[in-house]
Amino acid sequence: MTRPRVATVSLAGCFGCHMAFLDMDERLVTLMARVEFDRSPLTDLKTFTRRCDIGIIEGGCCNEENVHTLIEFRRNCDVLIALGQCAIMGGLPAMRNAIMHADDPLRECLEEAYLTGPYLRNLTRHVPNDPALPLILDKVYPCSDIVDIDIQIPGCAPSGDIIFDTLTALLDGTFHGFDRARLRFD
Amino acid sequence: MTDAFTFRIDGVDVLARPGQTIMEAADAAGIYIPRLCDHEGLRHQGGCRVCTVRAGGRSVAACTQPAEPGLDVENDTPARNRIRRDLVEMLFHEGNHLCPICEKSGNCELQAMAYRLEMTQPTRFPWLEPCRALDASHPDIALDTNRCISCGRCIRASQDIDGKGVFGYVGRGIHRRVAVNGPDLAHTGAAVTDAAMAVCPVGCIIRKGEGFSTPIGERAFDHGLIGHEIEEKRK
Repeated sequence: MTRPRVATVSLAGCFGCHMAFLDMDERLVTLMARVEFDRSPLTDLKTFTRRCDIGIIEGGCCNEENVHTLIEFRRNCDVLIALGQCAIMGGLPAMRNAIMHADDPLRECLEEAYLTGPYLRNLTRHVPNDPALPLILDKVYPCSDIVDIDIQIPGCAPSGDIIFDTLTALLDGTFHGFDRARLRFD
Repeated sequence: MTDAFTFRIDGVDVLARPGQTIMEAADAAGIYIPRLCDHEGLRHQGGCRVCTVRAGGRSVAACTQPAEPGLDVENDTPARNRIRRDLVEMLFHEGNHLCPICEKSGNCELQAMAYRLEMTQPTRFPWLEPCRALDASHPDIALDTNRCISCGRCIRASQDIDGKGVFGYVGRGIHRRVAVNGPDLAHTGAAVTDAAMAVCPVGCIIRKGEGFSTPIGERAFDHGLIGHEIEEKRK
């Protein structure tokens, strides 16, 4: 029997939710025995090798590449999980939405970062504009704004307990939501 | 207590005195009705509608609706709680509620209400992401109105308890906001010791210099859902 396949990715996140995986401690071994990891920073696979049962998304979408990756995950995964506050509602990167809605504050921000800041060494004297750089979006979007999300695991970062229990329940086919006493948005 | 009467909440007999609201009688009986704009010691407002119950065939705000003899109130049911969750979710979507960076997190009633009402489903409402002002003019208090849910607690506390009227509503409809009585907070009579500064359910009115002073695990809602202290009275 083939084991269920799990894919994970970090978009506009801090990798904290992936680090939270490690908070499962020795239960990680139990989980590894039940599933196989496909595309994931844990396996360093950059593309899907085949269709996956569970896709886990950390972070929202702050650039073009994030959107492409997220759509690819939706296309290749049966159940898509938004893991953590950034994937759910934008999280810390979404703080930039407060300035990105207008040109002037945005220009000021980019100029200070790349042109006028006191501790800069930018020989090109330009704001980086290389075609290889993913285009920054007008704002940070939660995953559910881009694709359909099946399950959201809240937390910043979610606890190892809630990740393990949710994944185990999903694998057992017994997932019916979270214990509300254990919900945390921080 | 001669004219005390009983009515029912979710099939449980509750004792009430004439003039008591449904919520006051429920609190005394150890039945928790979720609320955000209502606060002990402040006059009732009936603004947030999170306390909406079904009584006498109508949806009413339990914090303002008087209890009546024989009234049958529907409170803690999946249908009521789903409506409440939608209301709380809309409050999250209407402002900028970034729990991970908010010093009120763990002590925030809006957040705790979301936990209690199990706000975990993928969202269906648009994020309005407003760009509201931050007022850090006062030496001891900061106002981050991005987190304001317009509950009006500070308005009532400032008027009725402090006798100052520092806060008030401006605008109408979705544009209604809480504003201060002056060009900024520093040019009002506001003091950090005011009752108005202690009643904010969210992280809008912030005491400067405190930051994240309470460690995770010791905050108000780290152990036990919001309302558990009322529910424990019943046991």
